[in-house]
Amino acid sequence: MAFNIQQSYSKMNEGEVLLAYKGSINTDLITNVLDVVESKLEDARSVSSVKKKVYSVLVESLQNLYHHIEDLPGDMKEQFDTRFGILVVSRMDDLYRISTGNFVRSSKVKHLKEKIDKINSLTRDELKDMYKFVLNYQKITDKGGGGLGLIDIAKKTGNKLEYSFQKYNNDYYFFNLNIYVTEPSE
Amino acid sequence: MDPIIMEGSPKTPSVRFNAEKGIIEIKGRSIPENAIEFYKPMVDWLDEYSRNPAKETVVNFQLEYFNTSSSKCILDLFKKLEAIHKESRSVIINWYYEEDDEDMLEAGEDYESIIRIPFTMIEMEEQ
Repeated sequence: MAFNIQQSYSKMNEGEVLLAYKGSINTDLITNVLDVVESKLEDARSVSSVKKKVYSVLVESLQNLYHHIEDLPGDMKEQFDTRFGILVVSRMDDLYRISTGNFVRSSKVKHLKEKIDKINSLTRDELKDMYKFVLNYQKITDKGGGGLGLIDIAKKTGNKLEYSFQKYNNDYYFFNLNIYVTEPSE
Repeated sequence: MDPIIMEGSPKTPSVRFNAEKGIIEIKGRSIPENAIEFYKPMVDWLDEYSRNPAKETVVNFQLEYFNTSSSKCILDLFKKLEAIHKESRSVIINWYYEEDDEDMLEAGEDYESIIRIPFTMIEMEEQ
């Protein structure tokens, strides 16, 4: 099945959408998105600890996008904004979903997939240890990320990271990441 | 030594570093895309401060949010403070967190376990 960006975007827009964006991911956009989502969360019925988690995980996922977005080749640039990414924050029943999408080079797929699979295989205590280890021993990369983003997201949400890679062409895959924050059951 | 005084912004905390009084304070949100750039003056300041610290240094961290990029820089600050502590100078670290914010409490505990200076955890009631 050929990859269709619109189809992916529609699928990401399920549930009650708090915010949906596709286009260039830059610092101003991040500031605006955080502003909008924060005020929407203020009005939401969720308990404050859940709102905080959603906000904090949103910061991390947006900045992950910001630091890792690829420069697209010429023929793709005609179709997509520079630093193209997708973000949808939605609510379904007792959970919030933060869904991001961006193009990654085919050569990076394997590494990213292994990293997420590893994170998903860990228990909460193991994640906590991994977080502390990376925090203490790994240098910040040129891209500004500390390699901690996904670990932090998994640790804070307590949920598995859901992802898919869809082939776009020989050089690029479209990477979709779904992060879930669940309301505590009473 | 000149103090550092910075007002907070939507992505950066307010900062008060005062060598004479031995007070180091960071409050608010720390979610800049480039945290290294933001924290560099503070790391440099502590480097100089550690050569001649006050008899007692009181450190107040009152963060609402911080991103993982900041978390590494905050650890750098704590490591400088740990060095002062090792020279048998008193360093008191107060880690404030909002009621029910278990993630922020846990973040404080993580730092405490890495740098080996006892933290005082202070829970604040929600406004």
